[in-house]
This record gives sequence, C-alpha cells and structure tokens, in this order.
Amino acid sequence: MAEKVLMKGNEALAEAALRAGCRHFFGYPITPQTELAAYMAKRMPKIGGTYLQAESEVAAINMVYGASAAGVRVMTSSSSPGISLKGEGISYMVGADLPAVIINVQRGGPGLGGIQPSQADYWQATHASGHGDGHIVVFAPSTVQEMADLAARAFAVGDQYRTPVMILADGMLGQMMEPVVLPEPLADDDLPAKPWAIDGHKNQRPHNTISSLFLAAQQLEDSITSRFERYEQIKAHEQRAETYLTTDADVVLVAYGAAARIARSAVNKARELGIKAGLIRPITLWPYPVDTIESLIPSASAFLVVEMSMGQMIDDVRLVINGRRPVSFFGHTGGVIPTPDEVLVAIQRAHAGEEFRVVPIHSKLTGGAA
Amino acid sequence: MSKSATLAAEKPKILFERPKALSDVITNYCPGCSHGIVQRLVTEVIDELGIEGSTVGVCPVGCSVTAYDFYNCDMAQAAHGRAPAVATGIKRALPNNVVFTYQGDGDLASIGMAETIHAATRGEKITVIFINNAIYGMTGGQMAPTSLPGQVTQTSPYGRDVATAGYPIRVCELLSTLDGVALAERVTVDSPKNVRAAKKAIKKGFEYQIEGLGYTLIEVVATCPTNWGFSAKEAITWLQENMIPYYPLGVYKDAKAIKGDA
Amino acid sequence: MDKPLNIMLAGFGGQGILFAGKIVAYAGLIDGREISWLPSYGPEMRGGTANCSVCLSDEPIGSPLVTEPDALIAMNLPSYEKFIDTVRPGGVVIVDATMVNVTPTRSDLRFFAVPATQLAEENELKGLANVILVGKLQGATAFSNRQSLETAIDKSVSAKRQDLAEANKRALVLGEMTV
Repeated sequence: MAEKVLMKGNEALAEAALRAGCRHFFGYPITPQTELAAYMAKRMPKIGGTYLQAESEVAAINMVYGASAAGVRVMTSSSSPGISLKGEGISYMVGADLPAVIINVQRGGPGLGGIQPSQADYWQATHASGHGDGHIVVFAPSTVQEMADLAARAFAVGDQYRTPVMILADGMLGQMMEPVVLPEPLADDDLPAKPWAIDGHKNQRPHNTISSLFLAAQQLEDSITSRFERYEQIKAHEQRAETYLTTDADVVLVAYGAAARIARSAVNKARELGIKAGLIRPITLWPYPVDTIESLIPSASAFLVVEMSMGQMIDDVRLVINGRRPVSFFGHTGGVIPTPDEVLVAIQRAHAGEEFRVVPIHSKLTGGAA
Repeated sequence: MSKSATLAAEKPKILFERPKALSDVITNYCPGCSHGIVQRLVTEVIDELGIEGSTVGVCPVGCSVTAYDFYNCDMAQAAHGRAPAVATGIKRALPNNVVFTYQGDGDLASIGMAETIHAATRGEKITVIFINNAIYGMTGGQMAPTSLPGQVTQTSPYGRDVATAGYPIRVCELLSTLDGVALAERVTVDSPKNVRAAKKAIKKGFEYQIEGLGYTLIEVVATCPTNWGFSAKEAITWLQENMIPYYPLGVYKDAKAIKGDA
Repeated sequence: MDKPLNIMLAGFGGQGILFAGKIVAYAGLIDGREISWLPSYGPEMRGGTANCSVCLSDEPIGSPLVTEPDALIAMNLPSYEKFIDTVRPGGVVIVDATMVNVTPTRSDLRFFAVPATQLAEENELKGLANVILVGKLQGATAFSNRQSLETAIDKSVSAKRQDLAEANKRALVLGEMTV
C-alpha cells in the first residue's frame, strides 16, 4: 500500500488530478483555492503539461472547453464568485457534451462575500450551473482523502458520460491537512479513446464538429432528450452516499462536505446521551442519493439537515421525504462554522418531536416551527 | 509520341474548382457579403499548405456561427467572444496542429476584446481571421465597436454619436503594440487585386503560425449590404469611400519584417 | 487507546505557528493516529494573528476546527487573550513567556510559561521558539514520542532545507527538557 502523506486538500486534489492523466489546467487566482492552482503551476511544466493563468474565469473555462474538445483531460478550479463567471462556459460544455473537471472551493456569498468556508453554492452547482436544460455531475468530498479519490473519479465519470463534473468542496477542505494515500498514476494507455474529438482528421475520417448550436427547435429538443436519457443512466449508476449509524437511528441527519464532519461529531455526542442518531452523507449531490434517503424513511422518525448555508440541500431532502417525516434544518452561513454542540441541541429538539428551522439572525440563532 | 501521351496532353486543364477544404454546401451568406470570398480564401490556403487533416477551426457567434458546416477540417463552435480562449485550449492540447478562428467585429472587438488582447499578448500560435464590416449582421444591423462615426444602425438610429457611444476601435493598430503578435495585417476583398493580396496575407498568417512565430491576425474590411441597406455594388463603393479611409489597408506588424528577413 | 487531543496554536504571522502545528500533526500521523490540521487563512495571515487547529484522535475526526482546545500554545498576547477562556478545564496552556507576560487567571489549567524566544536566541536557535514550544507540549502531555517527533521534523522541513532539521531537533529537545 502506498504511503500516507500529510497534504492540504487543495494540493491532494491537484496531485490526484495529475495522476488521473490531467495535463492541462486553466485558472484564475482566487482565495481559498490558491494552493490548487499554485500546485499545478509548479508541477505541470515538469511533466510536459500546460498550466495557464487566464485573463479571467470566463477565458479559463473557455480554454477548458477548447482543450476538452481537442480530447485531453482538463481541469479548472475556482471559488464561488469565479464559478459564477464560469457559468457560461459550463453551459456550453453541457450543450456540446464535453467532459471536464471543475473545482469549486466554496466561500461565503453573495457578491464578493467572504473567504471563509461555506456551502452556499449548492443550488448553483446542482440546479443552475449555467443556462439551459441540463445538469452536471456534482461530487462532495468530506475529507482530504476524498478530495483526491473524487478527483480521479470525476475524470472517469466525465469521460464515460461526456459531461462536465464539479467537485463542490469548501475552504475548510481545501485548506486543511489530513493524511492521504494518493491514487496510483494512470498510464496513457489507461485513458479512454475519444473518437469525437477535434484533433485533426488526418484525412482518415469525416470532419468532427463540437457545437452546442441547434437552430431548428426539433433538433435542439432531440439533442436535449437524448442527453436526458444519459442522465437517467447517471442517476441509476452514479448515486453515492455514506451512512453512519443509520440502521437503528430515530433521528437521521443529512449533511455533506465539511458540515457532515461536524454532523458526525454531533451524532457521536447524541449517542453518548442515549439518543439514536445517524448520518446520511451524500457524496454525489447530482445525481442526488434519493435511494439512500428513501430507504431510511421507514425506520427514522425525523430528519435533520445541517448545512453551512441558510438551507439549500434541504429542498432535495424534502422532495424525497415528501411530507412523510418531519424535516428540520440547522445551519450557519457566511463562513461561520457550526459546532457539534449546536448541532447536538438541534438533534435533541428533533428527537423530542419538534420540526424547526434554526438559522442565525443578527448573531443569534433563532428557530421556530418549520 | 505514343497515343496515350497525346491524350494526356489534350486533357482539359482545370482552371477553377472548389477547394477541397470547402464543403459542398450552400452557405447562409447574403449576396454581396464578403464572408463567402474570405472563407474561400481560407480554404484555398489550407489546400495549398496541405494542412486540412491537421487544421482545427473555431467559429464564433455572428453570421459565421454555422461556419463549421462550410469547412472540411475539424471545427468547434465557441461562445460569443470566446473563440481566442477556445483556440488557446485547443492549441495548448494540440501544439502540432494548425488552429484558426474566424470572428466578426462584435465577437472580436466588443464582447471578446479581453480574450483577443490576451491571446495576442501571450503570442498564442493561432491565426485569427477578423471580418470587420462595422455592423452586427446576425442580429440584424446593430452598432458594432467598429461602426464609423455618424454611421446609422438599428441601435444608432441618428448616426453613431462619438460623444455618447465612443469611437470605433482600430484593431490592427491596437494589437500591433503587443510583443506577442507576429502578424497584424489589414486587407479587403473589393477587387481581384485586393482579393489576391488578402489571400497572400492569410497564407502568411498560417505560415507564421506553423513556424511558431506567435499570434497572427488578418483583418478583412468587409461589406454587409443587407444591414448597410445597399445593393452589393453600392456596398463596395461605400466601403471604398468610408471604411478604407478610417481603416487604412496595410501591414501593422510583421515579425519577419522587424527582423529584416521578410 | 489514547485520549483525543485537540490543540490550538496561535501567534503572529511569521512566528511559525503553522509549521509548529504541522510537526504535531505529522507526529500523530507517524504514530498511526487520525489527525487533522486546519489553518486560519486570508488577510489575517498578513501581519495579523495566525492560528492553527490540530486534532489527534483514534477515531475519524469530525470538525477539524478546535473551539474547545485541550491544549493551547500562545506565542503572543492577543492570541492568549483570544483563546484562554476556550481551553477545557484541566487543559494545558503553554505560552512563550518572552512575548506573553501574564499571570494565569484560571486555576483549572496546567499553565507553563516558557521563555521560548529568549531560549532560542541564547542557544543559537533563532526563529525556533515555535519548535521549543512543541517540545514543551510533548513534555507536558506526552502526546507522542521523541522518535516520531524527530521524523515529523524531517518530513516537515522542506527537502531543500534539510540542513535546518538538526537545529529543529535541538529546539525540540530543549523545549521538552524545560521545566
């Protein structure tokens, strides 16, 4: 087994991307993803790859579009405000069926917001990454190890389904160090062939075109519906979630990423008090792991969603629960990190049969009935 | 002399044919529009250099938005203004291929100016064919960054007022100040002589790219009879009398000329 | 199974707070424990206070942000004042007494005042007050062992500056032996 090394999440993700065959990186500086781009800038020239600091996020994502169209594994990384700028290019890649890996090391918003860890871009990532009828696959790592593992997975899934894949991390996961075992490097032969790429036809085949343009309405509808058939395959095969102590749980917490770490600590504290709490941790946010949540509805008496936002993922949880169980919410936003003790109080309330929404208002937590 | 040799000698000589790199499809361009001529010149150059199999083109948003259907080389469609960024991505992934963009004035000099300037200053080894017809064609005749002072368009109905709408941008002059630019040349296609000169410039652009000299741009001062509101012939006269004085033809930057070996 | 140890290290930017935290974390890694290291980041790094949360545990670590430390290393007065009330009862507080001149107000803590900056200068270990305090943390809590800490130093010092490793190890021992 490979050696465990101590790395920052941003750096582990970057190294794993290189090992997955990524040799092209286009980005623009922004906190708190800085180390990721810096790592690429340091390593790419040594391994014959491309690191290019673009003039803007808009240019960077369109460089990604070009490199992906040319058939290579390519990545960009940014943080919340920069991801908004990438929305255009993401939509074009969805429309042109181009794989790429896009990293969002989230910070607080809206606007320039702050630079502390946040989960306020859930809606954007899962429901509105760009204009138009479409989706991207979204992974949510929770440890530095997963930052590395999901980077490798993202390239594979992107190529398999010809779709952009986002890794929705946050400033905490990007900045923190944990032990990590890096994935084995892929050989060039391990990378999938891309007969659709525009890499020069060498007079050997008809010319290829990469485009998201369909001026005839029927053609556009046909292209979208065929892509949605692929989305059904993704939903069937790519849902991922981790469960922790859910088998006998009365109160089931749902949390992803950094918030899931805090929720897990709170579950342990609740168990020490004799409350049967458990945790569902979505690893894919799109497709959402509806099957895992559905499977726990019969045994759970209440659900509690914990996020570092005013409550976004809770919408998707409610869609699954569909009124069959109470769904409560606890969150902090703007870069304030919830503590396990705060979450423990929420667990106790949910366990007592309350349904509530607790969010910060002017530095005080308030929460009445949901 | 054998019989077969005689026959071969009598075989009719082909004087004019469709370039191999130009698809056998009907374009969507209006009568009198310069696009058709310029596209033909690009494909003739691709044929002459024997690079169709290694060339990748990028078409923009504008009247040439569907140009991917008109070329026989591999093609990518790009978001409005982003062709230089897309071309950068392609060229960095495929440094041994030939990459060109084909962009209008709104695409290149308005929404895509940042991408244009930075691709140029990075010396991206791409060739940019820039169609400057001083108007937005595809959306139906709005003011462009290159519309002339006083020019009437749908969105400058009283004529472009430089006090409020600013002045036209002279792209070749602007880019010629950047060290990454290997070729910036302005041509037009209003006469057979100028068409030949335009083709020579386009060929030079591709050759400089292949030699790895840097960013190359050929600006073609072009007609848009439909949105200018002229016949094809009147449009050429208007171009000669109004466009050319504001946008003088010529070489604005030539890396080889600077080195003295052009 | 050892008890979890949550540590807050805090001081001015430039005092080597993050590096000290990395040595602690790496020692935990070498000891086969679960560990996490979380820095403060952003503008406050530049000339302001820097702090670093390190968690050592035998269970997977939940929140890596230490809000109730079992041990506090404070290298300046603002950091001491900011974090002293957050330390758990029975916890360990180690201050660089050259920089922090305070009399402990809490009686439920184990308090160690080590003149680390002064000791570093006297022993030709300038700039290694941070590592002296890590040594003291080992002396006060036995969270790891000498061998793991020395390996941690080798791993934490950049490959180009391995010549600094020996000085770091001397600083570690000096801190550990300080009464």
